Amino acid sequence: MQSYEKVVVMGGSWGGIQASLKILQGLPSGFALPVVLVLHRLRNTESELQHIYEKKVKLQVQEIDEKKPLLPGHVHLAPANYHVLVEKDKTFSLDVSDLENYSRPSIDVTFMSAADVMGKQLIGILLSGASRDGSVGLKYIHDKGGLTIVQDPAEAEVSTMPESAIKLIPGCSVMGLGRIQEFLLSIT
Amino acid sequence: MKVEDEAKFEQEAEHLMEQVHQKYGYDFRGYSRASLYRRIKRFVGNTGIESMEVLQQTVMADSYFFEGFLQEITVNVTEMFRDPSFFLSLRKNVLPILSTYPFIKIWDAGCSTGEELFSLAILLKEEGLLDRTKIYATDVNQKVLRQAKEGIFPAGNIAAYTSGYYASGGQQEFSEYYVSNYGSLKFKSYLIKNVVFYPHNLATDASFNEFHLILCRNVLIYFTHQLQERVFKLFDESMVDLGYLALGKKETLALSVLNSRYQLTDKNNRIYRKAG
Repeated sequence: MQSYEKVVVMGGSWGGIQASLKILQGLPSGFALPVVLVLHRLRNTESELQHIYEKKVKLQVQEIDEKKPLLPGHVHLAPANYHVLVEKDKTFSLDVSDLENYSRPSIDVTFMSAADVMGKQLIGILLSGASRDGSVGLKYIHDKGGLTIVQDPAEAEVSTMPESAIKLIPGCSVMGLGRIQEFLLSIT
Repeated sequence: MKVEDEAKFEQEAEHLMEQVHQKYGYDFRGYSRASLYRRIKRFVGNTGIESMEVLQQTVMADSYFFEGFLQEITVNVTEMFRDPSFFLSLRKNVLPILSTYPFIKIWDAGCSTGEELFSLAILLKEEGLLDRTKIYATDVNQKVLRQAKEGIFPAGNIAAYTSGYYASGGQQEFSEYYVSNYGSLKFKSYLIKNVVFYPHNLATDASFNEFHLILCRNVLIYFTHQLQERVFKLFDESMVDLGYLALGKKETLALSVLNSRYQLTDKNNRIYRKAG
């Protein structure tokens, strides 16, 4: 199995698709880390989300299937109507338990689960959104020694999500999308 | 309870599962850990129990408490017409074939509180098959089986269920299937007059009949690969040749040794057909 040192988990809601695309578009196909992307999406509809990312991003884009491993250079997209968790052997588990913060997938669920496995080696990024989902998860990442980045609320399409996280995690880094992208390029 | 030390929590959780297995016979060894641990933490958080030690003592001392615990750590969340495209496919691709049998047997494995069961029964009714179909609805959890028999679901979901019904090819007034009262929907009992409910544990119990269609959607995601393999064998033993197996949208037979004996009837909706 291909190895990697860190994992990037990214979450967003309203405005999160555009924001994540802006970051991911600048990453090369050989990007050394797995990226797990959790976006709030409609639950019982077929979605074109994967195709949108495939068209615009150089990394491999895959909707997450259960038991599949995290892979460097991949964007792993959380499927509609499932929570995504990470197992100790760095494979994905899916879960259809209750909505969290009115959402399934919930950003909190994935952030917390990934933090349990990756600890300090996790980079959590929370983007634009009209929800409080993600804040508690990002705090959890922070408490486990991981790195936490929040999109600058002034730049976010909807600032509720970033603002809620900044309030909860005084130690997080607040960055614009360009700087988040530069940062990701610099660490690999 | 706040988990400060993840390793310690996991050790205690494993110990608890071992004790549950010994005392109550429920075997969680084949369950994926991330999801199981998360639900134990949630249960502890929601009930306000102060430590894993107290949880273990209470679970061991009180079988009624254990039943509630079991319900929480085995996911029972379900909805009517989850993935309408699946139900539409069942209606178009599977039920016409099943209708060629004089008598149809279906196993709804892991039926939980019955939302999927009633969705299925409505489809059978509309396709004129309900009277000659027997459905075996099983779950590891007896509490949810009792709920499934009642057929009472929260009315708050009605808008989603109604649109799911029509997206599944529904042809009637959906409201004809239930009575609305006290914030609940009571589905009409004729829908389940040919349903037998009983407890069955996919992790430990054996095959008990032969079926034309087995539904087991979003149950296997909680199992390890080894346990999934056991369940696939169990289903295979419990299925007639040319029978159908319906899995959840993100579940697959592809990694199983049995895969070569099955064909995909509908790839997107994970409906498989056994070779003849």
